[in-house]
Amino acid sequence: MVRGLALAKAKGAAQVAGKSPAIEGRLERIPEVERHRPTADEYRDFYRMMLLIRRFEEKAGQLYGMGLIGGFCHLYIGQEAVVTGLQSAITPGRDSVVTGYRDHGHMLACHIDPKSIMAELTGRAAGISRGKGGSMHMFSVEQGFYGGHGIVAAQVPIGAGLGFAHKYKKDGGVALAYFGDGAANQGQVYEAFNMAELWKLPVIFVIENNQYAMGTSVNRASAEDQLYRRGESFRIEGLQVDGMDVLAVRGAANAALEWVRGGHGPILLEMKTYRYRGHSMSDPAKYRSREEVQSVRDNKDPIDHAKREMLELGYADEAWFKACEQEIRKTVAEAADFAEQAPEPELSELYTDVLVGSY
Amino acid sequence: MHVKLPAMSPTMEEGTLATWLVKPGDAVKPGQVIAEIETDKATMELESDEAGTVLSLDVAAGTDGVKVGTVIAVIAVEGEEASSGTVAPRAGTEVPSETGVAPQVKADAPVPQAAAPAQAAAFDGPTRKQTVREALRDAMAEEMRADGAVFVMGEEVAQYQGAYKVTQGLLEEFGDARVVDTPITEYGFAGLGVGAAMGGLKPIVEFMTFNFAMQAIDHIINSAAKTNYMSGGQMRCPIVFRGPNGAASRVAAQHSQNYAPWYASVPGLVVLSPYDAADAKGLLKSAIRSPDPVVFLENELLYGHSFEVPEGEHVVPIGKARLYREGTDVTLVSYSIGVGIALEAAKLLEADGVSAEVLDLRSLRPLDEGAVLASLKKTNRMVVVEEGWPVCSIASEIIAIAMEKGFDDLDAPVLRVTNKDVPLPYANNLEKAALVKAADVVAAVKSII
Repeated sequence: MVRGLALAKAKGAAQVAGKSPAIEGRLERIPEVERHRPTADEYRDFYRMMLLIRRFEEKAGQLYGMGLIGGFCHLYIGQEAVVTGLQSAITPGRDSVVTGYRDHGHMLACHIDPKSIMAELTGRAAGISRGKGGSMHMFSVEQGFYGGHGIVAAQVPIGAGLGFAHKYKKDGGVALAYFGDGAANQGQVYEAFNMAELWKLPVIFVIENNQYAMGTSVNRASAEDQLYRRGESFRIEGLQVDGMDVLAVRGAANAALEWVRGGHGPILLEMKTYRYRGHSMSDPAKYRSREEVQSVRDNKDPIDHAKREMLELGYADEAWFKACEQEIRKTVAEAADFAEQAPEPELSELYTDVLVGSY
Repeated sequence: MHVKLPAMSPTMEEGTLATWLVKPGDAVKPGQVIAEIETDKATMELESDEAGTVLSLDVAAGTDGVKVGTVIAVIAVEGEEASSGTVAPRAGTEVPSETGVAPQVKADAPVPQAAAPAQAAAFDGPTRKQTVREALRDAMAEEMRADGAVFVMGEEVAQYQGAYKVTQGLLEEFGDARVVDTPITEYGFAGLGVGAAMGGLKPIVEFMTFNFAMQAIDHIINSAAKTNYMSGGQMRCPIVFRGPNGAASRVAAQHSQNYAPWYASVPGLVVLSPYDAADAKGLLKSAIRSPDPVVFLENELLYGHSFEVPEGEHVVPIGKARLYREGTDVTLVSYSIGVGIALEAAKLLEADGVSAEVLDLRSLRPLDEGAVLASLKKTNRMVVVEEGWPVCSIASEIIAIAMEKGFDDLDAPVLRVTNKDVPLPYANNLEKAALVKAADVVAAVKSII
């Protein structure tokens, strides 16, 4: 974990600028980040969630191949530790989550019913968006999941707005706004950073740096490729985190939540992660080698890593892992069956929900 | 030198001579403040830019409604025969110009002319005269008093009291948590507003002009308009995007576009564009209460115009056109500032024995097709008046409706009278030539009668 150079620079700025209260406030350091020490139950929950996301996404890939899922479908395989670690730390119903189009994992980590997600992927009436949103556009007001946004980086100012609403309502909630290394180059991200820090909004900005914006690697697209430093000129503290280690992620989440809930304004977390699959299902992935992908799978896989550690710690034995695998496979198979068999929306649904009011 | 009341903003037509700071016989120096002028937006200081002696003050302090260009004082300028010098207005604490730069206007500069407002139709209860600007402010203030989730954000809405003074007084009443000055960051604050709306608030997002909302149109359309549908009806976005739209005066092409046709083409949006103060108030209140995202298109030239507004609670339903003037020979369909032009044309036509009906659409999405068709059925002739481009316009849409659904009622082709199909030019004569005017409407009507 790397603590930002940001802090040292900000100190220099403070000396120049004198005693601005904003700058003095800035000098408060974020709490020390420690790798989370889970209980056995916690670690099992993390493992179960990561495995659910992995198996769900594998199944979605299969259904796509069978023509049951159409359009764009962006899989989260490889990045499971990020949402699992972060969302295990928030309070459902109080805090809010928003992300881009690679959103299935975020929804599962919001404890949304896998059936309603899979049925949305297959475009059925029982889908969480009644079949009208698809893979990229899903929401759950109940679970505090605010999408599922298809326009790269649009979710970043929206996330700042969710933070604004939490602050305005004084409900103690925090907004988690996820975006990718590609989205980090959009201008609106910095417009949102500026307002979020200016108004001390309770927002955790999470850059899921999976190394490739579609086919363009970070260092081919980013003049500053240490993305945790992207908040520096807005005085937003940044942390770089091993996004392949669920406990490192959870540790960063603990520190970030303490910081943000303490009224210090937003924080930026760069999660170094990796996606095993293509950008979307139609991506031939010619921009990286098979060996590169295989090497991450062999050495850094978040699920394998957690399993090894749980065995070492004696938090679970092989029998538990076997049972867990069976349980998850059953859940996912049921979701897939449901999604395949559920009826398509009635044609009358074409005209519903365009507007809420009747005029 | 004759000191004439200068235009202190691109759209100022008259002002109040609040105070004289000099008297006849006084020597004045360049840069000396000689008077305070109140416009409907702010109090401005008037400076002399010549050295000389005040010969006479020709308009008494406290005089209202002094037209721009009126001689208000005469100064004997040193070393010069009496000639037409210039007087530059100096900004006081509040600058009405949208750019924040005090306009350096020649005293004899041409005065921008907006369409003359016609008297609105009568209301049942008691009314009072209000400017469109005040009516909009009252609508926001009333809704903010009624609902703690309503807040206003935008550039200069709070401490500056609004670039066009529409939010005047709101900061004092509601505080800075609910009247929020934003950085100049349209894309960002439009998106932030959408997020706040999804998070349960009811934001009113002011754009200094809708020309700047082009930077934010992605959030208006992709994030606000489409989300309810894409979420199967669970993710609401009750937000109002409001601000001036269309041509102002001499601000050229980038500041002069009418976006009504753009937004009105988008399912998932409500698009409103009132003409008079009563509708401005009543429709803005409906917009704020609406559970849907609303694009509320105002007009800078109308802000200072006064109309009768019903006292007390006044709410105008969304989706209903207003028959502004009854007639029998032809229907003039319009919205926003175009209604004033249509009313002016109707008056001219009346003198020629043609009875024109004027229908103010005011709600562009949903559009009151029934009112359009009912009026067509009555007059059998229709001309659409629109301060905007002709191609793919609201006028085009009205023509399509008339043809598809009112074909049997048509005695003549429906014509559109709009701005010319060019970016709006700056030069005074070219701008005039490009903008829609009553004479064009009269000519169009005469060609089909």
